Amino acid sequence: MTLLNADQTALRDAVRELAQEKIAPRAAEIDQKGEFPWDIVKLLAEHDFFAAPFPEQYGGLGADMISNLLVIEELSRVCATSGLIPAVQELGALPLLHGGTDEQKQRWLPDLAAGKKLAAFALTEAGAGSDAASMRTRATRTDDGAAWILNGEKRFISQGDVADIVAVFAQTDDSPETRKAHRHVTCFYVEKGTPGFTSPRVEHKMGIRGSTTAELAFQDARVSDANRVGAVGDGWALAMKTFERSRTGIGAQAVGIAQGALDVAAKYATERKQFGRPIGDFQMISAMLADMATQTEAARQLLYAAAERIDAGDMHAARWASMAKLFCGDTAMSVTTDAVQVLGGYGYTTEYPVERMMRDAKITQLYEGTQQIQRLIIARDLLASLR
Amino acid sequence: MNIVVLLKAVPVVGTERLGSDLLTDRSVQLEANGNDEYLLEKALKLAETHGGEVTVLTIGPAGATEPLRKALAMGAARAVHVADDAIRGSDTRATVEILAAALRKLSFDLAFVGADTSDGQGGVVGAAVCVKLGLPYLSYASEIEPTDTGVRIHRLTTTGYDVLEAPTPAVVMGTQLLGAPRYPSLRGIMQARSKPVDSWTLVDLGIDAASVGSGSSTTKTLDADRPPERAGATFVREAPDLAVGQLVDFLASRRLI
Repeated sequence: MTLLNADQTALRDAVRELAQEKIAPRAAEIDQKGEFPWDIVKLLAEHDFFAAPFPEQYGGLGADMISNLLVIEELSRVCATSGLIPAVQELGALPLLHGGTDEQKQRWLPDLAAGKKLAAFALTEAGAGSDAASMRTRATRTDDGAAWILNGEKRFISQGDVADIVAVFAQTDDSPETRKAHRHVTCFYVEKGTPGFTSPRVEHKMGIRGSTTAELAFQDARVSDANRVGAVGDGWALAMKTFERSRTGIGAQAVGIAQGALDVAAKYATERKQFGRPIGDFQMISAMLADMATQTEAARQLLYAAAERIDAGDMHAARWASMAKLFCGDTAMSVTTDAVQVLGGYGYTTEYPVERMMRDAKITQLYEGTQQIQRLIIARDLLASLR
Repeated sequence: MNIVVLLKAVPVVGTERLGSDLLTDRSVQLEANGNDEYLLEKALKLAETHGGEVTVLTIGPAGATEPLRKALAMGAARAVHVADDAIRGSDTRATVEILAAALRKLSFDLAFVGADTSDGQGGVVGAAVCVKLGLPYLSYASEIEPTDTGVRIHRLTTTGYDVLEAPTPAVVMGTQLLGAPRYPSLRGIMQARSKPVDSWTLVDLGIDAASVGSGSSTTKTLDADRPPERAGATFVREAPDLAVGQLVDFLASRRLI
């Protein structure tokens, strides 16, 4: 597949227009102020952009993965923070979609699809990043079995402070055998305002500064067993299954950032004159732009190919998701760095958006699994099929 | 309140160019004519408030389907696409003939038409269609509302506005004063897939191909030229105290002050 169908094209064009006219003018301010953009949330909700990945029976639009990725990509092209909003919404909802009961889905999904409530995904801890399985947040069941008491801290949780519900992964069994079998983690959906659940601070970051990245603290927070998603011990598998679908979202954000930077650099190269000619005439500049364009398109095509296979239930879905995220993230970093280079001194200032895009790009190499973790996943899957 | 909106698919503003045959090149990407999109928005709002359906009608080549899809995604119920190779090169007279024939096949309370188009800029099609159909013509509407017996519009004047009324069916012409068009929602885009797009040819309209198209055109483009390229602009970027001096020198050297 190399071409989008008519629906996907119409969707891409609609998001692009909205992003250009309503979001692009806000991007610099969002970055500068580092405040979560509630106005963008409202705009996205009004245009059903939250509804895309959710099933129709829960108020969603049941769109295919490519359509969801197009939304993230086109938003990220003008503002990486804004592109992340629907990506995090889906990330926070995926454990529920994969492992929730029908009653739980009915309870939470319609509001998420409508953009009335926000979700977040809390797996990472201060001491458990790439080694997420070593998490220390604990959930202990009450004697009557009706609830769980959560204790611990999560760190680097995207939109964790603004979310209405958070998918929290906690250790429910410490025994070596359960750990070895990766059955020691359970997933709980914790609602904002639950006594004992707080967000004590947010990070000050290099990029995606409008997307508040929060610390979450649980002190004897009581969560009903009705909020447990999946069976006890299903948590790790749910998290891995989530990443199979959510990693492409980050890939889309990365492709969007790269494209946005390329657009700015290409335009600049036609306008900026040195030595009496537009700098795009000079081969060192045009070679950079050619490489940027080729790499961005290659990343995009890999992303869409991965999306198609994941939607089709390919048995190597995890590998495809990781390959896409790996390549797209590296592309975003390389293309934005070159974009700053093309703009020279001006690219280093806030007069042009490329410095922000370069700062934004870096995170795509870090979150949802570092590039190094992606490589482990890819190699493991590749070699397993040969053993 | 059933409304037909005449929507022209024009080259994306800024990309207009003539082909080697001195006709507007319609192979470029097409979008809805600005004025027409504002009228479509007004039609959608009226249908939402008072009930009824909005149909969009266009004459255009294959590329016109994109703006039609967008119109359906915005909320129009149906699209009619008059497409026929023989139409290419039609003058205003033929365009009016075709639109009138199409409107005669549709039932409507109101037909909306934009004041002019960004590529043709003739500004007469709406009025001419009206004359052909013998319908009331309410032009330059800045506000449109239904009445018990028909339709009422406001038309801005230099001192305020006039109020005009007419029985329906009627034709209303308007501009961008009517209010910015909505962005299609994702739901709208997906629902547009199942909405009808009727394709009509000249045969469907009972029009003889020989009476339209470049062969029968009563106007002929003899030549077209670009205006001479302007010399580069001088930018004054200095601080105010220096800039003022530069501007004064500039104006004085041209004997403007």
